[in-house]
Amino acid sequence: MEEKRHTSLHYEKELQAIKDGLIYLGALTETAIRQAMKSLSERDTELARKVVREDDEIDRLDTDLEERCIKILALRQPTAIDLRFITTAIKITGHLERIGDMAVNIAEKVMLLNEEPQLKPYIDLPRMAELVGDMIEDSLDSFVKSDLKQAEKVRQMEQVIDDLNEQIFRELLTFMMEDSRNIHRALLVMQVSKNMERIADHAKGIADMVTYMVTGECVRHRACGILE
Amino acid sequence: MESNTIISIRGVNFYYGTVRALTDISMKFRKNKVTALIGPSGCGKSTLLRLLNRMNDLIDGTKVEGEILFEDKNIYAPDVDPVEIRRKIGMVFQKPNPFPKTIYNNISYGPNLNGVSSRDMDALVEQSLKQAVLWDEVKDILNKSAMNLSGGQQQRLCIARALAMKPDILLMDEPTSALDPISTAKIEELIEELKDNYTIIIVTHNMQQAARVSDETAFFYLGNLIEYNKTEKIFTKPEVKQTEDYITGRFG
Repeated sequence: MEEKRHTSLHYEKELQAIKDGLIYLGALTETAIRQAMKSLSERDTELARKVVREDDEIDRLDTDLEERCIKILALRQPTAIDLRFITTAIKITGHLERIGDMAVNIAEKVMLLNEEPQLKPYIDLPRMAELVGDMIEDSLDSFVKSDLKQAEKVRQMEQVIDDLNEQIFRELLTFMMEDSRNIHRALLVMQVSKNMERIADHAKGIADMVTYMVTGECVRHRACGILE
Repeated sequence: MESNTIISIRGVNFYYGTVRALTDISMKFRKNKVTALIGPSGCGKSTLLRLLNRMNDLIDGTKVEGEILFEDKNIYAPDVDPVEIRRKIGMVFQKPNPFPKTIYNNISYGPNLNGVSSRDMDALVEQSLKQAVLWDEVKDILNKSAMNLSGGQQQRLCIARALAMKPDILLMDEPTSALDPISTAKIEELIEELKDNYTIIIVTHNMQQAARVSDETAFFYLGNLIEYNKTEKIFTKPEVKQTEDYITGRFG
């Protein structure tokens, strides 16, 4: 349902600025993941370095958004949907900042991997990165549109990513068993995959918060029941 | 009536002349709870509050339909004495209105009319002032005029005056709107203390105050009861869109 505007237009603008800021932050993290993965598949170390450098902007935006949310809590005393929106925004910004850190983790592993010959052709990892990028996009879209169906879709995708991570793990295990000289590179690729899987968890965390924002129901641990 | 219900309103309509100010209100107030009535100006919240101890009887041309049950009896039944109702259901108003008498006499005035002996009066005055958390500030000046007290002290004196009648229910009509933040905090703290022994129904324009002090909140709009629920629920996830629009400032 379309929300009416607040009587205070300043307040309305402050809330909208937070929404816009989160979307921008989401776009930056999504780019970071896609670039980190591109730096792996194209063996582009310079691109990996760029991902690491640009994380500073993600951190700065995270701090800025959190401060603005705290200011609204202190000065506007939001209630009902506004209260749920602000608490959701604080959580989302934390999730996005962690996603940025994980893109950095991936980029750092890529820099090391690029110093050695490629272990294997990357097929599942770029696919995983594509899906994870979509999850972030969908979770933020569900936030902007208060769309529960889209949030549920993100939750369901998490299992697909978990399965892919398992599959990659098993495959890398065979490489390690075949030749112990593969272990170092295989472990690095495993960490890339694990980071990707953790990013999917964060996207699911965003989707859970969107469900809370819209329904007032806590679904993070399904049974926690903050509200009656 | 359910054991935890102290007042039950059933199908109440209220008219000022031909203007209907309240439409088909039905609700129950729970014993030893603080209930806040909120809503924009003219929504009927103060009218409803005044109906609960028949204060509207004093206004010409008003008419009540429906029932308000207190102690299983309709307070608008012909054989009910409104004075007796007002003794059991006390009221504190927006502006402190102490009598131009001494602090002691402000408290003793009502009980005196109700036949409390002068022997018991000192104890009653002390007890009432202690309940209103005013005793320590005024115990040495009981014979001084109440008009010399600060606004916050005067309001607590008015609460003490109401408590001296040993009411079951205390109605408060915007009791802090004329007070500074510190006095407001003291009154709010007092409300918290009093609910162990009294049922409190408060009308307030300050929604954060409703959120802070009440257990249950009723939202009124244009004479209708829109939503009545636990305060926590109303301020986090109200069920009715109109309530949400009002408490988030999306009204008008």
